Amino acid sequence: MAPPTDGREPMHQSPQDAARTSPGADPAAQDGAGADDRRRIMATLATADATRLGELAATLPMPTGHDLIRPAETGLIMARGRMGGTGSPFNLGEVTVTRCVVRVKSGEVGTAYVLGRDKTHARTAALIDALWQNPVHRPVVEACVITPLAEARDQARNTLRQETAATRVDFFTMVRGDN
Amino acid sequence: MYVAVKGGEKAIRNAHRLLARRRRGRTDVPSLTLDQIAEQMALSVARVMGEGSLYDEALAALAIKQSRGDLIEAAFLIRAYRTTLPRFGYSEPLDTGAMLVERRISATYKDLPGGQLLGPTFDYTHRLLDFTLAAEGEPELEEAERAALTDEAMPRVTDLLSEEGLMEADPLPEEGHVVGDLTRDPLSFPADRDLRLQNLARGDEGFLLALAYSSQRGYGRTHPFTGEIRYGAVEVEFFAEELGFTLTLGEIRLTECQMVNQFNGSAKSPPKFTRGYGLVFGQAERKAMAMSMVDRALRWEELGEEFTAPVQDTEFVLSHSDNIQATGFVEHLKLPHYVDFQAELDLVRRMRKEWFAARERRDEELGLAAGKDQEAAE
Repeated sequence: MAPPTDGREPMHQSPQDAARTSPGADPAAQDGAGADDRRRIMATLATADATRLGELAATLPMPTGHDLIRPAETGLIMARGRMGGTGSPFNLGEVTVTRCVVRVKSGEVGTAYVLGRDKTHARTAALIDALWQNPVHRPVVEACVITPLAEARDQARNTLRQETAATRVDFFTMVRGDN
Repeated sequence: MYVAVKGGEKAIRNAHRLLARRRRGRTDVPSLTLDQIAEQMALSVARVMGEGSLYDEALAALAIKQSRGDLIEAAFLIRAYRTTLPRFGYSEPLDTGAMLVERRISATYKDLPGGQLLGPTFDYTHRLLDFTLAAEGEPELEEAERAALTDEAMPRVTDLLSEEGLMEADPLPEEGHVVGDLTRDPLSFPADRDLRLQNLARGDEGFLLALAYSSQRGYGRTHPFTGEIRYGAVEVEFFAEELGFTLTLGEIRLTECQMVNQFNGSAKSPPKFTRGYGLVFGQAERKAMAMSMVDRALRWEELGEEFTAPVQDTEFVLSHSDNIQATGFVEHLKLPHYVDFQAELDLVRRMRKEWFAARERRDEELGLAAGKDQEAAE
């Protein structure tokens, strides 16, 4: 029996699944940084606060001139859930997404897909993605933009988790006479 | 039938101008900002995103402002807006197991791995109006308490039972099955569970609530336990064909409900627990619970149960759950139906004429008969 598909439309199936099983398809894999690295920084850029991203991008010392390959465009992606959490997929509802593709002077092409309709966010994220792909710029981009954003996100997530943890109901481990 | 009318342009223009003024209200009261709505009316925003079937908090806040707080009108505005945008594709299925949990409770286990986290809930509040909110300005807020974190995993409660085989497994995708999409093809019957869940996820909260309630009161037999409710942020991932890999686009907040039902077993399957599933945009616990109960009830055929109640009637439930369609059809009745009504008027006049004529004839016949009877008696 063939492995179960996740219900993706046949028209999308072959190129996507082929690409998924060939890590060489990732351009960033060529010069030391793996596909996972690029995925990581793109996720950091996409989940960043747009204002903070703009401020940090402004601190970059290298030239940030770029051409728009695909100007920022807002569209929809249908978000899918799974029956029972782990079962067959179903269509839950759409999300707004803005995407943008830019090319920096040194030739690298940066791409961004960002939830929401903020075109500046998408364009800045695409620019940073392009700069990051240049091995010379990468350490500076990591230090000036990616690391501070990742730290801010971790901190926000930790605060939220700590606040949530304080509302934990723990029937069995309560110690009598604690106060 | 609605027949087009013309005229009234000036009145319509003036009505809209008046609406704009009434929407704004008294100008000495500050205008609402979208941030205020998104932050302080977050549960209304969640409802509009869910029923509008589009996750975008700022758009939902705008729709609420424009619709004067009419949430069905706001969802309508969202549905209309989405048609103006191109579709980039489908996300990877969301992994609610990896949720950044802000609330997670179970009514089936007191002590479960990862713990019961109440989070920001109305549960256990006394439902007393807080008049400090009515005073100008907000009361001083206490800093939220924080507790140390453990690395304890937070498995779904339903996964705990499935290890023993007591819980039905999640259905695996059938080979070649194309996931149904109501935004592409109109609803048709019989509707598979994927279509049903999409329909319910964007269905009217009130309608689903009433159906779920009916199932508890005896219209359809469900004996549900809340296996788990969790609320929090989940990353949305998308396979970008031009890049050849899967990207994280950002996070959305979701409420998931796993409702557990007893199942006595059938010839094909031993007794075990079965499940209904609810998944909704934003913090929308009531809707997620109702959705999971209705989902379970609609599975009667697959589980070999008896059909006894409205909540099990797929066509009835799915055809009437969408409040945009419902409001369209109900509210269209207020549009001019003059030609239609004129025809009905003529018809009723003719029927009345015939009715009176018939009564007159009958009275005459009765009168004659009565006269004869009287003669005979004398």
